[in-house]
Amino acid sequence: MKKRFAITEDPISLDEVSAMVADPAYGAVTIFQGIVRNRTGARAVDHLEYEAYPEMAEEVMAQVAQEVHDRWPEIGKVAIVHRIGKLGVGEVALVAAVSAPHREPTYEALQFVVNKVKESVPIWKKEVWEDGEAWIEGPEDRGRAVA
Amino acid sequence: MRSPLEQLRVYIEREMGVSAVQITIRWFARLRERTGRSQETVSVEPGRTVEDLARAMEERYPGMRLLSGGIRVARNRRYSGFATKLEDGDEIAFFPPVGGG
Repeated sequence: MKKRFAITEDPISLDEVSAMVADPAYGAVTIFQGIVRNRTGARAVDHLEYEAYPEMAEEVMAQVAQEVHDRWPEIGKVAIVHRIGKLGVGEVALVAAVSAPHREPTYEALQFVVNKVKESVPIWKKEVWEDGEAWIEGPEDRGRAVA
Repeated sequence: MRSPLEQLRVYIEREMGVSAVQITIRWFARLRERTGRSQETVSVEPGRTVEDLARAMEERYPGMRLLSGGIRVARNRRYSGFATKLEDGDEIAFFPPVGGG
């Protein structure tokens, strides 16, 4: 069984993350994938370079999950996997999944998870364009290069 | 032959009669690029704070700002404030605003 809160350099398997939160008692699994987009504003993105403080990132992910359980007691399990290294357009950077007996709380809980990951998990990304590069800093940059 | 770091520790212990506090600093993103390293070990006097360490690093790396620009600090993998006192063996990370996802 792979870790439910993980930083990885390998491609993320959607099936594996889904299996991490599955349980016979849970009828709903809701999953978000963050994918590297080809444009940011007017610039064409060539690729992104992700960096993490892995040991802390995985601990903060677990804390985010604990907050989810505190706010939505119906949520069964949470899994958060973020890929680091060089990622090209169309590659999956983040997969977050939540499960519950019924679907209603999963959408809001998943939105909370993704927002918290962007705000508080120590991960950074550098956008690389054809003619330059820049670190994207802080949640104000949310949604520039990734959905 | 002692390393400069070891020499500093010996100096602090001899001159101040106290044990120096050993800190591991970890640098990330643009701070890693600026310092040219992902981590380093430093000795500081007992009783110093994260802010003292940040000031010392701003002097070591001219032009680098740690006390402004939204730089976050983590002590032993947990978000921390600049007023926190350093203890022997601490791992202190300085990093820019995070932006994963």
